[in-house]
Amino acid sequence: MPYGPHTAADRAKMLGALGLSSIDQLFDDIPVALRASRLDLPDPEPELELAARLSALAARNRIDLASFLGAGVYRHWSPPAVDQILLRGEWYTAYTPYQPEISQGTLQSIYEYESLLAELVDLDVVSASHYDGAAATAEAALMTCRANRRERVLVSRGVHPHYRETLRTYFSGGLQLDEIPLVADGEAAGTTDLAALERMLAEPDRPVAGVIAAQPDFLGLLEPMPAIGELAHAAGALFVAVIEPVGLSVLAPPGAYGADIAAGEGQPLGIAPQYGGPYLGILATTDSLVRQIPGRLVGLTTDLDGQRAFVMTMRAREQDIRRDKAASNICTNQALLALAASVYLATIGPHGLRDVAALGAARAAELEVALAGAGAPRIHPGPYLNEFAVRVPDARLVHRRLLDRGILAGLVLADVEPDDPSLADGLLVCTTEVTTPQEIERFAEALAEILDGRPPTAVEAGAGPDRGTLAGSVR
Amino acid sequence: MVPTDLHYTRDHEWVRVDGNEATVGIAAYAADQLGDIVFVELPDVGRSLDQFATFGVVESVKAVSDLFAPVGGEVVETNAALTGQPELVNTEPYEGGWMVRLRLADAAQLDGLLDATTYDALIAAG
Amino acid sequence: MSVTGTRLQPTIFELGRPGRGGGKIPHPPKDALDRIPASARRTTPPGLPEMNEPDVVRHYVNLSQLNYAVDTGFYPLGSCTMKFNPKLNEWAARLPGFANLHPLAPDAAAQGTLQMLFELEGALAEISGMRAVSLQPAAGAQGELTGILMVRAYHRARGDTGRDQVLVPDSSHGTNPATASMAGYTTVTIPSAEDGGVDLDAFRAALGPRTAAVMITNPSTLGLFEARIGELLDAVHAVGALAYMDGANLNAILGRFKPGEAGFDVMHFNVHKTFSTPHGGGGPGAGPVGVGETLLPYLPEPRVLREPDGSFRLERIGERPTSIGRMRSYAGNTGVLVRAYAYIRAHGGSGLREGSDDAVLAANYLKHRLAGAYDIPFDRPCKHEFIAAASTLKKETGVRTLDVAKRLIDKGYHPPTIYFPLIVDEAMLIEPTETESVETLDAFADALIEIAREARETPSLVLEAPHETPVRRLDEAAAARQPNLRWRPMSGAQTPCPD
Repeated sequence: MPYGPHTAADRAKMLGALGLSSIDQLFDDIPVALRASRLDLPDPEPELELAARLSALAARNRIDLASFLGAGVYRHWSPPAVDQILLRGEWYTAYTPYQPEISQGTLQSIYEYESLLAELVDLDVVSASHYDGAAATAEAALMTCRANRRERVLVSRGVHPHYRETLRTYFSGGLQLDEIPLVADGEAAGTTDLAALERMLAEPDRPVAGVIAAQPDFLGLLEPMPAIGELAHAAGALFVAVIEPVGLSVLAPPGAYGADIAAGEGQPLGIAPQYGGPYLGILATTDSLVRQIPGRLVGLTTDLDGQRAFVMTMRAREQDIRRDKAASNICTNQALLALAASVYLATIGPHGLRDVAALGAARAAELEVALAGAGAPRIHPGPYLNEFAVRVPDARLVHRRLLDRGILAGLVLADVEPDDPSLADGLLVCTTEVTTPQEIERFAEALAEILDGRPPTAVEAGAGPDRGTLAGSVR
Repeated sequence: MVPTDLHYTRDHEWVRVDGNEATVGIAAYAADQLGDIVFVELPDVGRSLDQFATFGVVESVKAVSDLFAPVGGEVVETNAALTGQPELVNTEPYEGGWMVRLRLADAAQLDGLLDATTYDALIAAG
Repeated sequence: MSVTGTRLQPTIFELGRPGRGGGKIPHPPKDALDRIPASARRTTPPGLPEMNEPDVVRHYVNLSQLNYAVDTGFYPLGSCTMKFNPKLNEWAARLPGFANLHPLAPDAAAQGTLQMLFELEGALAEISGMRAVSLQPAAGAQGELTGILMVRAYHRARGDTGRDQVLVPDSSHGTNPATASMAGYTTVTIPSAEDGGVDLDAFRAALGPRTAAVMITNPSTLGLFEARIGELLDAVHAVGALAYMDGANLNAILGRFKPGEAGFDVMHFNVHKTFSTPHGGGGPGAGPVGVGETLLPYLPEPRVLREPDGSFRLERIGERPTSIGRMRSYAGNTGVLVRAYAYIRAHGGSGLREGSDDAVLAANYLKHRLAGAYDIPFDRPCKHEFIAAASTLKKETGVRTLDVAKRLIDKGYHPPTIYFPLIVDEAMLIEPTETESVETLDAFADALIEIAREARETPSLVLEAPHETPVRRLDEAAAARQPNLRWRPMSGAQTPCPD
């Protein structure tokens, strides 16, 4: 056993103390008919060989591509200070801070995270985090039903498809979920259809608990959030804003336009993409709804000697006490990721964060021009921050050809929205502060060639590590 | 000895009757078991309660308990002081820590409740 | 002393000063945001602190030293399995090939990760005796919800709409009834028998046409193997219900008992318990689910598939209409799962079984050492954890489990799980795991025995513990009554943004 300390002598000592001759005797209470025979798994691997196996697996992933893929997960420069702090054993091998006297590190870091995010979203209370943006959005939707004692929620089709699918799963028990369509054409194409929303809110005998919209929306477009909020409130519904935290350094926050609850994905705050997680579900609300918010909360208090201290609070709402009456069954928060986000924000600072957002926006404008020139114009006319959709004939095939040339040309929209004809032949592309002008040029040139039918030059094929070998992938 | 002018339930609620008005709270024993009370969730004024229906929730640092109406009736008032000072339930369970005031629907329901002596015996038994 | 740090730290808000920090990101062009409509722009900057990197680093290093952790000491937390977190796994998860892969990358660009996930599914299926595994759920609680939603989908597909109850023993973890409620079921709680196991008669009486499923933890939260599990599973299936196993205690039975083979229809795994992924101060984890043939059609989408040519891909949307859908965004907590994969590969079948054997041996040894000083309510061989209670101690000295726990902190240990499960008075649930040496086990037992002696001879030492921590006996009532959940910076202490 690679990490176990017990020698034969140790085992003999313990068995001796128990008056037993074999460990098997401790398993006598398993009915004979139900005992397992053996575990048919590969033999144990010494660290040296296992490391080589892991490196080989990692090397089979293509991370050398010039990537323009966002769609909810964004590449940002995470200062090395973040990961080096995260590698301290006191942070990542600690448990949930149930014993506050010996967990002030974790507790204070979560309180600081709650406070930092509260500044970004401009709402009163931020929970200690949820699994991801989808879970946070689902919890927000359930909050509106509990708070309003209504059973119907409206979610814009501008919210991330995975989040809507997750909502559908969480709502499959009797609560109703309806999707608000997007405007089909004109200046507001690709954003939430306000007229449709108004009609849906006015349906008799179907009162709405909450209305959910994203800023920016999944297609990268800026939504009329204040207008959506007004319509929701006029109908007695709560307004949930799905947000992206880096953009909040320059875009109006939920607190400024009357949202009651904010939910979103914290991955852009210095957390690596990791093929899906672990990520950071952000959930925030106003003081009036604080008792409806699920999950952990850390608060400030004093100790016996009057010193400032941090403690998990309002725990009676949680599953271990409330059991079947709990607001949610959530047990874990994403403490280590909340720490990563906090260290990122502390290291980057408010001006740095704003620069991250602004640089991504600047590159996006360059990308828009370059792609339009290469034959891929934007699908929608409205304003965007750093992500937008372009139309390209035979988008899926073009995407494949660009991949062969070392370019990850965003997301083929038909893969996530197969039933939307306005997005057929659409690619969702984004830029961030790590996107270089050279990458944009490569993308545009390769695209122009593919659309022209010309073969690639050596430069466009991209110089870089051979994707099939170990070289260049092991740190 | 608990106040003798009140009626009690097995779930440790008490009710004080004054004409057709019934004031409801929880007994000291329950408050002690729960520990420091941090929050009390009370119904809206105007709500109609059946006898023994859940009318709210009392929350302490380590526990949570539903509140059951000892008698049925319409909620005419709730104790606003508990919002800022939930600890009144611990310090003055029978006075300042009262929870709701009901318009008594059926005085006969009081007959099924415990008197002070019976309730004392119940909690002494543990 | 349990933590090395002694100095409390100011918050980052108090440490920041206008004008500090910078140097990380190039400056954007001045007009970068001009095209964003004013109505969508932020007008007041967020009040984030401005700090230079040395101050940031010092802050988080000093804070970390106020934490107890597996890397600093013994953590006998019952039901949590606080075993060592292998450092190879941290290295593996950080390999750029794994860390930098976008979750929506085309399958052709993700073959390494897809293969790793596929192999991990297979390993967990073999370990549990289940037919198939989904790695999607982000945590054990989400795994539980996934399992119960699949149960619900199964009954609906059969047209059986009368099943509205889930049965759980009264010793169950709080997530079980919370999960049942989230899925729209009523929880029926069944009292345990005298010997701590399920009361088979009580279960039989409660089972019927309204039962959708039972949720059983095995070994139970008392650390005892459910000897009557075979009969229970038969009774459950006889009424047309399904059996869910909460896999939190899997560390006791690897290689000795396979839930799927025994008859469970569905279970979840806690990789942050059994498979060593680090707890991170409260997360992240992952909660894969395993299913037998019955629930196979309902697994969340997308599954990882292997093509005839040996390559891997994700299921496409709508490819398997019987699926319950998505539980979360993207494929799963892959960064956590690669650590579990490495752990399983390092151990192999023999190593995993040996780990369980050692975990069970260590728990029984510790129970034996404590038997004189504390109540042992279930005095028969336990599995990986056991209950020691302070009820007699409380009667005789007034010292309760909470006080014993706080005094253990003075002795340099993290306390065990206390007051859980709810059905035992003054309970301490103790789980040593297999990565603690005999010396550590003996020293811990000595410390607990010493505390029992202190309780009799100098009780104030215990009642007023801890004495040596940076903070002590926090006012939790005030924290809950007037919640302060957010630092309010003093106004005027921020530089305005350049534009």
